[in-house]
Amino acid sequence: MKGLKYILTGLVFGVIMAKSEAISWYRIQEMFRFQSFHMYGIIGTAVVLGVLAVFLIKKFRMKDTQGNPITFQDKDKSWPRYIIGGSIFGLGWALTGACPGPMFVNIGYGYLAMIIVVIGALSGTYLYGLIKDKLPH
Amino acid sequence: MLELLRQPWPWYISGAAIAFIMVLLLFFGKSFGVSANLRTMCTIAGAGKKVKFFDFDWRTQKWNLLFLFGSVLGGLVASTILQNEEPLRLSAATIEDLKSLGIAFDGGLNPSQLFTADVLTSPKGILVLLIGGVLVGFGARYAGGCTSGHAISGLSNMQLPSLIAVIGFFIGGLVMTHLLLPLIF
Repeated sequence: MKGLKYILTGLVFGVIMAKSEAISWYRIQEMFRFQSFHMYGIIGTAVVLGVLAVFLIKKFRMKDTQGNPITFQDKDKSWPRYIIGGSIFGLGWALTGACPGPMFVNIGYGYLAMIIVVIGALSGTYLYGLIKDKLPH
Repeated sequence: MLELLRQPWPWYISGAAIAFIMVLLLFFGKSFGVSANLRTMCTIAGAGKKVKFFDFDWRTQKWNLLFLFGSVLGGLVASTILQNEEPLRLSAATIEDLKSLGIAFDGGLNPSQLFTADVLTSPKGILVLLIGGVLVGFGARYAGGCTSGHAISGLSNMQLPSLIAVIGFFIGGLVMTHLLLPLIF
């Protein structure tokens, strides 16, 4: 049952996202209207602790549970894909109130209409694969 | 203990727990990024036969699909065992703003007028969810990641491209919220 640890990690992630209301359409609206610190606090805390953790992992050359060194892949250096792709993503994020993780957590929570959002997201992903060579990266 | 877990979780607990999830996956030899699963699902559906972008061994991403499956279960646990009856504490200003858009605050996580089964009888409601999803899926792959891959994993590794992507997320989000939502609703 090698896969069980991933299911359990995902389960904890889903509970965190739901219980801190990060999967809430309302909370995302509140964030984009700068009317609460809540979402900024969540992302900010995660990033500050994440930076610290990555720094320590690199500094002490830590290994994963298989004994392999933990490596980090640098993202391709460019900007058009990040700013254009990111903006398109943002439009959808504010409209549906859900990024890819929360979409699925919401389905589990009982918001079955999110299945439509997931169908859209799969179509969007397919569309990108179809026309990616014609897009500026 | 259960009673404590049922309360809405404060932002600092949630933020720390998300960082913990990212670190845990690193120690499993994996990288936290949810939207990659959308590509994997396209591949499993056979998209690799026609489009090269989807032609890869999806089994290398099996762990991520299991993680995603777990997160659905997490949502289920949160709405059952850890269910909290109290309404969400949304800021009064947001409630007011949304009211002027014609979207009522009902105390749940998501507005029922957009996300209940009734939406299936309204072409506009379906279209909003579908187009929103297309934008998220297309944008995430174009930008090479979503909130988890860029805002959490990427920023934690101090990647400038991830910062640019996050700035993009906000440009799109602000345009949708302040310029387009009033036209849509």
